[in-house]
Amino acid sequence: MHELSLADTMIREIEQILDREKAEKVYSVTVLMGRLSGVEKEPFEFAFPIVSEGTRVEGSKLIIERVSAAVKCDECQAETELDVPYAKCGSCNSRKVKFIRGREFIIKSLEIE
Amino acid sequence: MCLDCGCEEGNEKKYFEHKHDHAHPHVHTHDGHTHSHAASEEQHPNSRVINLELSVLAKNNAIADKNRDWLKSKGIVTVNIISSPGSGKTTLLEKTLEKLEGKINCSVIVGDQSTDNDAQRLMKKCKHVYQIETNSSCHINAEQVGNVLEEVTDDTTQLLFIENVGNLICPAAFDLGEDFKVAVLSTTEGEDKPVKYPVVFSDARIVVLTKVDLIPYLDWELKKCRQAIQQVNPGVYTFELSSKSGEGMQDWIEYLGKLVN
Repeated sequence: MHELSLADTMIREIEQILDREKAEKVYSVTVLMGRLSGVEKEPFEFAFPIVSEGTRVEGSKLIIERVSAAVKCDECQAETELDVPYAKCGSCNSRKVKFIRGREFIIKSLEIE
Repeated sequence: MCLDCGCEEGNEKKYFEHKHDHAHPHVHTHDGHTHSHAASEEQHPNSRVINLELSVLAKNNAIADKNRDWLKSKGIVTVNIISSPGSGKTTLLEKTLEKLEGKINCSVIVGDQSTDNDAQRLMKKCKHVYQIETNSSCHINAEQVGNVLEEVTDDTTQLLFIENVGNLICPAAFDLGEDFKVAVLSTTEGEDKPVKYPVVFSDARIVVLTKVDLIPYLDWELKKCRQAIQQVNPGVYTFELSSKSGEGMQDWIEYLGKLVN
């Protein structure tokens, strides 16, 4: 359950941003979570209120936007969504593909005051 | 198309598996910076939205890059070995260190939740071994590696093995500063493990299949396992070996030799 330590890491990052922005309060935190990021939505949602307790992030809304995985085909050049876990082109079925999306784990934005 | 995320209105599943409000926030510029106001249902009149696009693991990744630069400056090749517990990482390393002795100067960082049992085993084969006890954590992070790099290597080190905590999920998310990841899988784990844990297997440059000496005793098909590996990581190079019997070890050792020369 590394989501707990990841949530903790995120809260520390946010605290630094709040200092920089001279902000007192966070209303919402929007996170992009890739299908191949190795992070799961439910345990992260479970961990967030626990680790934010006592910080300026406490009580804020966590908005998770899941990012599907996608590949680019070396043969037909098509960019298609990946049927995880099978790495192949959704257009021509070739296996010569590169991952172009899905490993993201990003703080997209903060709504602050 | 929504400019925030590229999703098609009314077809939100095209790129993202999310639902969001298409009454978009507006963006404007004043005081020399751009910001937007939320258009969410809950209005906070004095709030502002700051767009960050900042990796949650930015700090870990920055330390990992620092580790990588330091290792490169010393000419050390680093591999991060990841597998489930009991797949044979430590035995593979023991036999590997034995065969590389006198040919390649190796160092090992080994991570476990508790005890230095693995380090004790490996120290019989290699002078430079450092055990990281992670306690409640399920993975090694870049800072823990960075803290011990100088201690575990010397001016003659050519190859650094990082034996990660036995876990197929968490270590996959943490860059340590390695050149590449090696995923280890044993024949006793079931042929479809790569498909069940695609994150680590799709990100590995090398897959090592261990305990092939046990195949005659198992209801386990090599063909199915090879297929599962190729399904998640087409073209990935796979070594099939037994650390115990020595079968297939030579190719692995030759490969490691080429990495440092």
